[in-house]
Amino acid sequence: MARELLKGNEAIAEAAVRAGLDAYFGYPITPQTELLEYLARRMPELGRAFVQAESEVAAINMVFGAACAGKRVMTSSSGPGVSLMQEGLSYIAGAELPAVVVDVMRGGPGLGNIAACQSDYFQVTRSAGHGDFRPLVLAPATVQEAIDLTQLAFDLAERYRMLVILLVDGNLGQMMEPAELPPFRDQGSVTAPWALSGAEGRAARLITSIYLQPEALERHNLALQAKLTVIAEREQRSAGMWLEDAELVVVAFGSAARVAQNAVEAARARGLAAGLFRPITLSPFPVRHLASLSPRARAFLVIEMNAGQMVDDVRLAIAGRAPVRFHGRMGGVELLPDEVLQAMHHTIGDIRVSGNGSRSFHREVR
Amino acid sequence: MTVEQCVYERPAALTAAHTHYCPGCTHGIAHRLTAEVLQELDVLGRAVGVASVGCSVFIYNYIACDFVSAAHGRAPAVATGLKRVLPDRVIFTYQGDGDLASIGLAEVLHAAARGEQITVIFINNAIYGMTGGQLAPTSPVGMVTSSSPGGRDPHLAGYPVRVCELVAQMEGAAYVARRSLHDPAEIRKAKKALRTAFECQLAGRGFALVELLSTCPTNWGMTPEQSLRWIEERMLPVFPPGEFRNVAALNVQR
Repeated sequence: MARELLKGNEAIAEAAVRAGLDAYFGYPITPQTELLEYLARRMPELGRAFVQAESEVAAINMVFGAACAGKRVMTSSSGPGVSLMQEGLSYIAGAELPAVVVDVMRGGPGLGNIAACQSDYFQVTRSAGHGDFRPLVLAPATVQEAIDLTQLAFDLAERYRMLVILLVDGNLGQMMEPAELPPFRDQGSVTAPWALSGAEGRAARLITSIYLQPEALERHNLALQAKLTVIAEREQRSAGMWLEDAELVVVAFGSAARVAQNAVEAARARGLAAGLFRPITLSPFPVRHLASLSPRARAFLVIEMNAGQMVDDVRLAIAGRAPVRFHGRMGGVELLPDEVLQAMHHTIGDIRVSGNGSRSFHREVR
Repeated sequence: MTVEQCVYERPAALTAAHTHYCPGCTHGIAHRLTAEVLQELDVLGRAVGVASVGCSVFIYNYIACDFVSAAHGRAPAVATGLKRVLPDRVIFTYQGDGDLASIGLAEVLHAAARGEQITVIFINNAIYGMTGGQLAPTSPVGMVTSSSPGGRDPHLAGYPVRVCELVAQMEGAAYVARRSLHDPAEIRKAKKALRTAFECQLAGRGFALVELLSTCPTNWGMTPEQSLRWIEERMLPVFPPGEFRNVAALNVQR
């Protein structure tokens, strides 16, 4: 396959098609609408299911229904639509169904705006719906990575019978850059042993999330939590650069990480021992890798396109072993490398003043 | 010498489980009719039911086919998802009036508008049963409920929603009928309507909905017998039985 110029939203849609997507259900909302439009043409072309639902509430319940049949199924939306989907997300989690949801984030709260933002971090990692559960959340930073993680999302969803959210911001959804699409995968003909298909020749099956007896519901919750423990053990993913000798670690995800990378590169050029840590799984958060940096790193700076959400997870991972600072922009205002660089200098300055770091952050850069 | 002949028995499609329904509740009749029709049409083995939220949430204990329990009001959307990926299976929902006519009105209307090849069984007993007898979208004017203690006052709570009349406006709906479970003659018609609704799906004619006027003696505060009379006196004038739409075929190619 050759590299071609692809728009983020369309690349995700085609990657899903090639991963064997059986059904897509969605509702128009900026900045993800190209995903719906692309699949409106592509899915019928391949004889697969596509429905433009009457609402995000209906769309996620169509996803729930198709997932009950053991099919590969996806929806996409943006913050306000994901809010409406929360009911269905919780039922999907409760019934342990595999499903993929793409959230192309925009500015909030409320109607907010349609500019790129990262303000749904809490929504998807903390409060994707009522009840005790966490979905798997994957956060790509490039169109190529969005393609790769879309495919991974289906694998993880099916391996763990789990809700997987691909968290993308409006920048990535809307931008075009060169990327390579994977070959078509076999959709497979094996039906999952729990899937509904009609009870001919076997006992009737039931998919539900109701457990009226508290003891039974606790057992169900314990099983869900045990699965999350396994996932946290096996599926933490992250990337980084210049971390081996970094004393100031900048932490950012998605397109904010690309801006942060520019700033870190500029800092390195000026002899500052800075590095970049980029979580790829936001849930489970890559605690192990991040925590392993804290003996060397003397400060962490979290950069987000929101009021400071992932910074909570960074603080939990660092657990007070080093100062954790935050810089962010809200409302869809674009982050610029210069202000990130400035925030890096402020972080260093603060730490010097507070007496935590008498050593210089500057070192010779090879 | 007399020969014993069995003329009436529990259909195999109905499990031997004792229902959790209150004495005099007509859910049992509606379940039995549904089970009989699935069995007579020989589609039980390829049927997937979508249970809703309300007293019938445990319907999967009583009808012996695959089931999924949907969120409140969302059964037609869940059924849409199932039917689009399992087009050769028989997909039906079973929903009460709070579920279908209040919180799930958008889902049922749009499923009908799209001409989804599903069968919707709609139990209208004019009250929220499971939560203890609150005003329903289908409560007649003047009806006393726990959330309309002075009786349904149109100035405060408006008027009952007539689902069949509404759904029949949708071009994608192929069969829409209202029947009642208050006497044997109506019950026979109800079974016929259910059969037609499932045949409609089997023939790919489009969306089908059967509304069944039902009792709720516990929350109505009546005996089972009084409840049957209440359907006749108070519900039939508001919800006249009949076929509201029955079209031979839709131009739905899928």
